[in-house]
Amino acid sequence: MTKAMYPTPMLDQLESGPWPSFVTGLKRLAEDKDYVVDLLGQLELSYKTRKGYWKGGTVGVYGYGGGVIPRFTEAKDADNKPLFPNAAEFHTLRVMPPAGMHYNTDILRKMTDIWEKHGSGLIAFHGQSGDIMFQGATSEGVQPAFDAINELGFDLGGAGPAVRTSMSCVGAARCEQSCYDEATAHRTVINSFLDDIHRPSLPYKFKFKFSGCPNDCMNSIQRADMAVIGTWRDNIRTDEALARKWFAKHGMNELVNDVVARCPTKAIRLKELGELEPGDSVSTVAVSDTHGLEIDNHDCVRCMHCINVMTGALAPGKDKGATILVGGKRTLKIGDLMGTVVVPFMKLETDEDRAKLVELGQQVIDFFAENALEHERTGEMIERIGIVNFLDAIGIEVDPSMVSSPRTNPYVRMDGWDEEVAKINARKQVA
Amino acid sequence: MSQPQMRRAVESGVPDNRQFLHPLLIKNYGNWKYHDRPRPGVLHHVSHSGDEVWTVRAGTQRQMDVHTIRRLCDIADKYAESHVRFTIRSNIEFMVSSFDKVGPLIAELEAKGFPVGGTGNSVSMISHTQGWLHCDIPGTDASCAVKALMDELVDEFRNEQMPNRVHMSTSCCEINCGGQADIAIIIQHTKPPKINHDLVANVCERPTVVARCPVAAIRPALVNGKPSLEVDEKKCICCGACYPPCPPMQINDPEHSKFAIWVGGKNSNARAKPTFMKMVAAGIPNNPPRWPEVSEVVKRILRVYKADARAWERMSDWIERIGWPRFFEKTELPFTKYLVDDWRGARANLNASTHIRF
Ligand code: SF4
Ligand code: SF4
Ligand code: SF4
Ligand code: SF4
Repeated sequence: MTKAMYPTPMLDQLESGPWPSFVTGLKRLAEDKDYVVDLLGQLELSYKTRKGYWKGGTVGVYGYGGGVIPRFTEAKDADNKPLFPNAAEFHTLRVMPPAGMHYNTDILRKMTDIWEKHGSGLIAFHGQSGDIMFQGATSEGVQPAFDAINELGFDLGGAGPAVRTSMSCVGAARCEQSCYDEATAHRTVINSFLDDIHRPSLPYKFKFKFSGCPNDCMNSIQRADMAVIGTWRDNIRTDEALARKWFAKHGMNELVNDVVARCPTKAIRLKELGELEPGDSVSTVAVSDTHGLEIDNHDCVRCMHCINVMTGALAPGKDKGATILVGGKRTLKIGDLMGTVVVPFMKLETDEDRAKLVELGQQVIDFFAENALEHERTGEMIERIGIVNFLDAIGIEVDPSMVSSPRTNPYVRMDGWDEEVAKINARKQVA
Repeated sequence: MSQPQMRRAVESGVPDNRQFLHPLLIKNYGNWKYHDRPRPGVLHHVSHSGDEVWTVRAGTQRQMDVHTIRRLCDIADKYAESHVRFTIRSNIEFMVSSFDKVGPLIAELEAKGFPVGGTGNSVSMISHTQGWLHCDIPGTDASCAVKALMDELVDEFRNEQMPNRVHMSTSCCEINCGGQADIAIIIQHTKPPKINHDLVANVCERPTVVARCPVAAIRPALVNGKPSLEVDEKKCICCGACYPPCPPMQINDPEHSKFAIWVGGKNSNARAKPTFMKMVAAGIPNNPPRWPEVSEVVKRILRVYKADARAWERMSDWIERIGWPRFFEKTELPFTKYLVDDWRGARANLNASTHIRF
């Protein structure tokens, strides 16, 4: 029923080899769809000329201002006719995944049926923003595809100057390092900003990401305007049975070189059992009949290294919550920025805690909406106006945990100093 | 466009993931105690309740046809209790409630062409982007470049023989959707945009384009009597930022758009603070369909890292120990003047000390 394939000598070379081939997948789709025959034709042309042939445009679904990435072909002949007419439109629907990207086969099969019917049959799990990318629909196909996906209980994500789709790590569902309920926080926050997702009207994109511990499996510090990274305030927990088991397997050299010596703040010491000094802020655990570890938790920066190496033997504490960092982004326009701390610690256990997180997000987004220049990310805006002005505006007091060091130059007007000191003293008295 | 009776969207947002979670994950939610890895590609999580769950991780091509997805579903139904999840690097994970199921599941996945691995200190799947398949500004492809590279690195995916985990990314323009990574492969343009002055006035919002340039190299100009834009080519750093808002300012060049390779990006807070990646190689040609020159450099860096780094050193930790002179010496990559930072804040990247390794 389909038209003949174009010769694709370059793409064909990507069918061999041990890694799953997406070309093989496309060819299988092309057996049933002229759409994909032409898509392969255009892709082969890109391989030959080393040029891209898509341009944007405006395509959307009823009621939303974003969530669809429109693509129209620019591979055209002298009369401006598409060279690959069946694939002249190749729009993508960005669909928000469930937290942690969990699925059952029933829902996946339903998605494939919808996309086989209304789209190209190509789905990416997942795009870099976290979306399920239903890739390749004609302008006509977009609405019915969305309607069917929406009926399954899924919704479009963000595109353009909007709050974007979010991601959260597997966290509490299957990871012992989890410091808060990532999925609930993710869902609560994002579903509070649906209007800002579906109707783009911010200066530029705004991303939240949720990682359950400082391992930051979601890369949030570097990719999110607002990163929510789990941490804890009390002492590292220990489990002697697992510590002994680890030591029996790995021995003294690994304990010294891979654990103790790699602690970035030298918070861990190896001691003879009799010399361990337990205390309020100290975690101790025997690893053998002669030796044990002693961790001064005031010195620990919650980097996760020792816990990653000796998982279970060492574990995050019980007084858990999250650190909030703001302003991470990639290169354009001023260069890469990591997020920096604006809230050293907040609890995220109850609905009330999470409401505070939503409120913080709202304040940051409101300030961003009013003060960022067009196409300026939150981090760039803060760089331009200064973090102190930003904190002032969202009503957060400075804290030494927000800096790697105090200023190293005298170029600042300081005639408000006494007033600030008085404020801090007044606050201390209330507390 | 006026279709009658449009369906109103249900603004349901992020769906509740509990409906898709494996029952053991629901039962032990927030109550996991530790995990270990019985073999590469398999995670074994133990709960405080005593429950155990095994996870088998396999690589996918990310951009999957519906038939591939259904094949994965068949495997999940037959061997893995019908639940899966995806990792941030597009690996698929199958959760099972007994160790007996792990072997047959692995055998089936491998037989159907899905390599099992990507756990622990392996080279995991490469985070990547859209490329020629779908983006409007790409200088190269994404999925296929990744396929070509993963074909060569599959043994490192299947095994855990690296000093620490290796995360890689590829990006088809300097926007770098692929993100920070231990090794990142990114298009680097080397010539200023070629402007089609006939189209600028119609297609581009000129003040927006002018504002987009990070070095203020663009100014409005009249060209052949038409309002257009002009680029000060001496100032231009060939970043390509003007191209998305103004497609007539073509930055991609089949010959002069090259690859650069960056190393030492790390998002995790483990040991040192998170780090940005640093450019260590450039001028690598954009040669589809298999980009052999890129693979050559990547494999060389990986080879040296694997042989030289100590246990638990990520790429950045290793370089921190051995220093940049030794890095360039060992990898035999040329250290040219273009690798010395001159962007804002560049002084922070100079050696303000006598700390020199000889
Ligand atoms: S970020 Fe932490 S809690 Fe989340 S999956 Fe990674 S290690 Fe686990
Ligand atoms: S978690 Fe704390 S004690 Fe452990 S290595 Fe990191 S800083 Fe040191
Ligand atoms: S890296 Fe650039 S070209 Fe590639 S998908 Fe992202 S924006 Fe498009
Ligand atoms: S390529 Fe970059 S530096 Fe050059 S003119 Fe365009 S925006 Fe400016």
